[in-house]
Amino acid sequence: MQDQPKAKPFRSSSFFKDGLSSRQPVEGTIARGWLREDKELYTGKKTTTSPSAAAPLTSAIAPTGPTATTPNANASPSQVAAAYPDDVEKFPFPITEEILNRGQERFQIYCSVCHGMTGQGDGMIVRRGFRKPPSYHEQRLREAPVGHFFDVVSNGWGAMPSYASQVPVRDRWAIIGYIRALQLSQAGAQPATQTSGDRK
Amino acid sequence: MPQIFHHSTNALAKTTIFGAIFILVAALWVAAEISRSSWNTGQWVEIQQPVQFSHKHHTGDDGIDCRYCHTSVETAASAGIPSTSVCMNCHKQIWADSPYLQPVRASFSTGKPLEWTRVHDLPDYVYFNHSIHVNKGVGCSTCHGRVDQMPVVYQASSLQMEWCLGCHRAPEKFVRPQDKIFDMEWRQENKTTAEIKDGKSLVNTNHIQPAKVLTSCSTCHR
Repeated sequence: MQDQPKAKPFRSSSFFKDGLSSRQPVEGTIARGWLREDKELYTGKKTTTSPSAAAPLTSAIAPTGPTATTPNANASPSQVAAAYPDDVEKFPFPITEEILNRGQERFQIYCSVCHGMTGQGDGMIVRRGFRKPPSYHEQRLREAPVGHFFDVVSNGWGAMPSYASQVPVRDRWAIIGYIRALQLSQAGAQPATQTSGDRK
Repeated sequence: MPQIFHHSTNALAKTTIFGAIFILVAALWVAAEISRSSWNTGQWVEIQQPVQFSHKHHTGDDGIDCRYCHTSVETAASAGIPSTSVCMNCHKQIWADSPYLQPVRASFSTGKPLEWTRVHDLPDYVYFNHSIHVNKGVGCSTCHGRVDQMPVVYQASSLQMEWCLGCHRAPEKFVRPQDKIFDMEWRQENKTTAEIKDGKSLVNTNHIQPAKVLTSCSTCHR
């Protein structure tokens, strides 16, 4: 009675060959409510791609972490926007105070470990030796459309892994809302790399 | 006819009557103590795992939130054991060559899950759901203790029914504000009278059911 031969979460199974009691659904199975037709909400990509989207990515943005970002520090807004032709520029749902608070909480759980509490890229894992992510407060990321952030959280970027399995879709957008709030809060300051010396 | 038993044996008779009751009570007391002991409940017993994972290091020293790994604790019955890929989020760069992490890397490359040893094993006739507790004001450390100070995790509570009922009978003594749920330093013992009053109001605002419902058999045995 204490230990019944039934499948419970994370319990192993001697019945199935792979030893897992949790079975994988047949490939291509879509659970009810998980069709995810709303492309902008679930991928952060525009439903209708602009003509420029077909053009190959210019050297403005290469999909590799910090080193590639340096030349863009002084890029003009139009250049930056052109680098993300597919990414949506507007949130797929209104960002209310409640969602921002949710975003702050989720940011501090999942993102601050590397990006730091203020998004400077100085989180504890970075201090332990992980590659330093770019600061959210550099011009490239201040001007990057929200869809770009969604794409990075969902699919990873450079050294950053995908957080799709840990952060649900609506929470990802809430986090991006909070990142925008962080960027606004630091907007008056000089870029972090220049002020780190004369902070005091 | 001479007396078979000497007068002094009366004392023996009285002693055995008293003794029978005493021995019975003593035996019951010993049985109760054994059933509550960690020998029976597994409380305080450190459980060795296939990987020398330290909660103390990851949450205490590095400050990683519980939910970074136990992602489903707010939404599902099971708090969730992270997949190996979550370990590799950091460990693909940090301690990437460490022999301690050999089983993790092996699991990541083969796709075969790590087989952790369960620390908190409730009987299968008990229904338990993490999300309802977390969302109604029961913090992690109330049941799990100071996991952020445990290099090797042990069961901090007896997990016996009387322990469950201790809270189900008087939740106002244990519930805490929603922003303190994952705070490892919050302690129920340090609550002031005002905070216990606050607990009573939390019971109301969180719509915690009355003790009559919380202690109904079918609340947990369903």
